Amino acid sequence: MTTAWLAAQHGPAVQHGPEALAAAHGVPSVFGGSANVVAVVVLLLEFGMFRQALLRDQIRLYAAQSAAVSVLAVIVAAARHVPELYVLAALSAALKVVIVPLVMRRLLRGAGDDSAGSGALSLASVGWGGGVEASGGWGGGVEASGGWGGGVEASRGWGGGAGASTLLLATAAGAFGFFAVGTLGIAGVTLPQAALSLAMAVVLVAFVLMIVRRDVVSQAVGFFSLENGVSLAALVIAAHMPLILEVAFLFDLLVAVIVFGVLIRVHHGLSESLSTAGLTRLRG
Amino acid sequence: MTATFIILLAAPLLAALACLRLPVRACQAVTITAGVVSFATAVVLVPAAAHHDLTLGRYLRADAISVVFLLATSFLYAAVSAYSVGYFAGEQYSASSGPTAPRSAGPDPTAPPKAGFARYARRFYTGLNLFAWSMLAAPLMSSLALLWIAVEVTTVISALLVAIEDTDRAVEAAWKYVLIASAGLGLALLATIFMYAAGAHVLGQSYDLTFTQLLHTGPRLPHTLVRLAYGLAVLGFGTKVGLFPVHTWLPDAHAEAPTPVSALLSGSLLAVSFYAILRYYQVSVAALGPSFPQGVLLAFGIASLLLAALSLFDQGDVKRLLAYSSMEHMGILAIGVSFGAPIALAGVLLHVLAHAAAKGNAFMGAGVLMRKYQTKNVAAIDGGLDLLPWSGPLLLVAVLALAAMPPFGIFRSEFQIVAGGLAASRNAAAAALIVVVTLAFLGLSLSANRMLVNPSSKRLPRGEPSAWMVIPVVAGVAALAMLGVHPPAHLTELLARGAAELRGLG
Repeated sequence: MTTAWLAAQHGPAVQHGPEALAAAHGVPSVFGGSANVVAVVVLLLEFGMFRQALLRDQIRLYAAQSAAVSVLAVIVAAARHVPELYVLAALSAALKVVIVPLVMRRLLRGAGDDSAGSGALSLASVGWGGGVEASGGWGGGVEASGGWGGGVEASRGWGGGAGASTLLLATAAGAFGFFAVGTLGIAGVTLPQAALSLAMAVVLVAFVLMIVRRDVVSQAVGFFSLENGVSLAALVIAAHMPLILEVAFLFDLLVAVIVFGVLIRVHHGLSESLSTAGLTRLRG
Repeated sequence: MTATFIILLAAPLLAALACLRLPVRACQAVTITAGVVSFATAVVLVPAAAHHDLTLGRYLRADAISVVFLLATSFLYAAVSAYSVGYFAGEQYSASSGPTAPRSAGPDPTAPPKAGFARYARRFYTGLNLFAWSMLAAPLMSSLALLWIAVEVTTVISALLVAIEDTDRAVEAAWKYVLIASAGLGLALLATIFMYAAGAHVLGQSYDLTFTQLLHTGPRLPHTLVRLAYGLAVLGFGTKVGLFPVHTWLPDAHAEAPTPVSALLSGSLLAVSFYAILRYYQVSVAALGPSFPQGVLLAFGIASLLLAALSLFDQGDVKRLLAYSSMEHMGILAIGVSFGAPIALAGVLLHVLAHAAAKGNAFMGAGVLMRKYQTKNVAAIDGGLDLLPWSGPLLLVAVLALAAMPPFGIFRSEFQIVAGGLAASRNAAAAALIVVVTLAFLGLSLSANRMLVNPSSKRLPRGEPSAWMVIPVVAGVAALAMLGVHPPAHLTELLARGAAELRGLG
């Protein structure tokens, strides 16, 4: 597979790529398998964010998801010999695993008690069923926030968060994204095609997350995780993009994070809450 | 020509930096200078861009299409920088909030300027210059990746400007705007990635994603990826253009932003986002042929036009009224491109220029009305023609120009678009365009009639709040008349070349 890949890399016709990957599908290589596992972890963490009632834990899950995407970038860099991706992985980890969560956590600290309470203002208050269990889950959620190493423990916080029907909606959106992209037959260049399908599922679940959540922090984190989904897609089909463009994308994300932060702070200053339930004045 | 690129990118940026420190008066002078210099530079580019493409380094490039958008943006930049002097002349005596949300104490003309005003004004001018800078940068980018970045930067800066008045309503509008537009741009980023993947099949794995490269590869690009990228780009950038059904942020942000910002949002920002769609359109036409790209734009255009036209009826807020009118005109642009005929495409580019001038004028005129009557409620404003000797008639002219009355530029551009539709045998779409635009005219003129022509029931003194709020509007009317009656030869050449580029002949 590697030889076929290299031929695809250096030959003028990249169309050999699909064959190389088809070979990989027959007998999953260590690389293909581990890449898919990491991509699945990214999607699971997205669902974790979806179910997570506590904003602090949601930010932890986001950091874990960003870390997973960075790990995948390192895997691709090593297996496919794309040295720029090491730089990109380091920069993106610095930004998305450290800086963004730090900024968001500072905002939450500024917001005071809202951190634990706004779960009630998010999904549970929509009242689409599941709202009652959600309120029961917070206690457990607080303890679970102790550690997220490996991203598995984080899922313990799933006691409160989405109601059953919103979760169904997210699952349906994710499945649609997964299978719709699958049918298009777009061959991945550096990763198996399944990773692209998973990336699309992440993007769509992030959209559902932004739609059903009722607080500014969750909505912002939803957008950032959407960007993680796009980064995952970029690793599959555009891993060789010049570094300067990739760095510009990251810089842009940084600017967006700052502006989201400023607006969250202003919103909190005016309404004394992180909820978006009151943002219904403008109509017509 | 190197100098022009540098001036266009440096002047607003330097002005923004200067405004961080300077006193308010100096900020205003610097901003007006930067605006006028930018516009003059864009005008200098016209003759050259009408004949060949200009490039600087790997990442900067201007062709006829870019220069059209540079002209529109820089003209409005200059206009609103002058207008804002008048806008703030009364502002400093009210509380730190804008004239739209007077505090309970009420303005006291004898009170000294509020201490917070200088800080507010500095933030405003810094933001305004940065906003103009990002919008001038977008059409100069040669790479679709950098274009996406520039458009995203316009979003975040303008979101801060929408929120600058710090009222509940402004912050609500800003949050909805930044969230919806960012989500849309998330899709546009996916489009960028898919387009990169498409180009990688032909151009090799590592390349700059410039649209000249993509245009040259033409039909060799894999069709599925290009289709996907184009669809996502129209939906993603369309969020910022205000295409139905992803337009929902638009009326809120336009209504709650300070008036100079509303004018820039409507006349320039929507157009710059439309520019991004045009670039994807060019690549898609080269790769897939015209029928799919045109069909997508036609569907979005008709839906947006129809929704906007219906929303113009009985709209209570004067700025929301104008915002829906912007959406209407973006629909017209999309439909015009979907016709594909050379005359329609030249009409679309002319429409970008004329709409910038007309909508800028309309917002600036509406800002004077709001200052005079201390409300933006259409029902509470009457007798504008009596009370405002200059702004009243000028606003009426702007509304008539928006409704495509001769002799103004929009008449010419819409005429060309409809003629192009008939030439391309898109009779049904052209007829629908005429009917819906007439409907929109009715909605807009009913409200304008109420505000301007109905006799005044208020005991307000006759007079203008500030001459600064009139001068740029007069310039706008002059530009509209020039575009309608006799566009300069160089400009006509520029538009013709831009139309040829859009048809893949550039």
